[in-house]
Amino acid sequence: MFELLANTLVFTWMGLTPDSQAGAALHFFVMDSAKIFFLLIIIIYVMGLLRALLSPEKVRDYVRGKPVWLARSSAITLGAVTPFCSCSSVPLFIGFVEAGIPLGVTFSFLIASPMINEVAAVLLVSLLGWKIAALYVFAGLLVAYVGGALMERFKPERWVESYVWKIQMGEAQWSEEDTSLAGRHHFALNEVKNIVGRIWKWVFLGIGVGALFHGYVPEAWVVEHLGGKDNWLAVPAAVLLGIPLYSNATGVIPVAEAMLGKGVALGTTLALMMSIAALSLPEMLILRKVIRWPALALYASILAVAFMLVGWSFNILEAF
Amino acid sequence: MFDVKVLGSGCRNCETTHKMIEEVCSENAIPITLDKVEDMAQIMSYGIMSTPGVVVDGKIAHAGGVPDKKTVLSWFQAKCCPGNDNCC
Repeated sequence: MFELLANTLVFTWMGLTPDSQAGAALHFFVMDSAKIFFLLIIIIYVMGLLRALLSPEKVRDYVRGKPVWLARSSAITLGAVTPFCSCSSVPLFIGFVEAGIPLGVTFSFLIASPMINEVAAVLLVSLLGWKIAALYVFAGLLVAYVGGALMERFKPERWVESYVWKIQMGEAQWSEEDTSLAGRHHFALNEVKNIVGRIWKWVFLGIGVGALFHGYVPEAWVVEHLGGKDNWLAVPAAVLLGIPLYSNATGVIPVAEAMLGKGVALGTTLALMMSIAALSLPEMLILRKVIRWPALALYASILAVAFMLVGWSFNILEAF
Repeated sequence: MFDVKVLGSGCRNCETTHKMIEEVCSENAIPITLDKVEDMAQIMSYGIMSTPGVVVDGKIAHAGGVPDKKTVLSWFQAKCCPGNDNCC
């Protein structure tokens, strides 16, 4: 259906040929935009209708007081279905601390939440196949689990700003929720508006970069510079490149699609995706309000090393 | 008179929410006192972590993301169903 739409629009109406660079790029752009936004709206609407999207408040209630391994496992899985805007990172961090949730578990949540979500998972399956989707989700959960546990070892409590410990959180008095079908529909629509309104720029940017890569970067160049599975430097280069770059997890997928299509190694692509989605400068600056630089530097280094390990392992696995 | 507070540490969504409540209430002649709560400790004392949050008469009506106009109206007209255009 999307293929047909893109073919008609780009090749029939605009008269471009599939072999030309502009034709290939534009075809990629139209097809991915249609497909991604279609799926994005459907998924968020359905999740909203089921009220399956969790709020950070509920995650906090659920995780508090659990033994650490269980707290961590639930924090990362719940993190995957909790849409939260990075501007809420500070209250979230404070709320978790106040509930007595270990800092390492909070870090696990902060790693998992931007990297894995239900929208990204469905898009990965439909654009790149279930195998790559499963690998991405599994590797992401693993990194979040181990990364948070490792942070804990360094006793990050000493780097938390002192005012954080003094904040007392009140008991929330919620007003009644409208659970009728009309109320749910209305809630779901607003959820779509909020989330799409927040991420559409990243998604278009990602599709644009993917389209340019798809249309204009010659395959021979990719194979020579990025493709070789024995090119060890490609993975750290991908991770370093991803740190200053930021995009939403959904926006990274079309870029990955274009890279894989041109023959970039799987591990290198996964490392770049994770680094772009989970490691970002703006997020660090926001977290700086609650923890000091040493903790942030440690956080970034642990994640960078973890993403490199993920990249190298998948490149080795792929070779067999 | 409703007592309305917008909780948020000054991000753009909080501004938008504040403005929207102001608009909706003046359009519909709903009497409110509208305050901004920007201090983190005070925001947290209401028990929410996702901003912007909206507190109406001491109860949390909304948390996380910008509400739409119908939702805002529904806080003040208790019997109103937000899905129905004719009832408000």
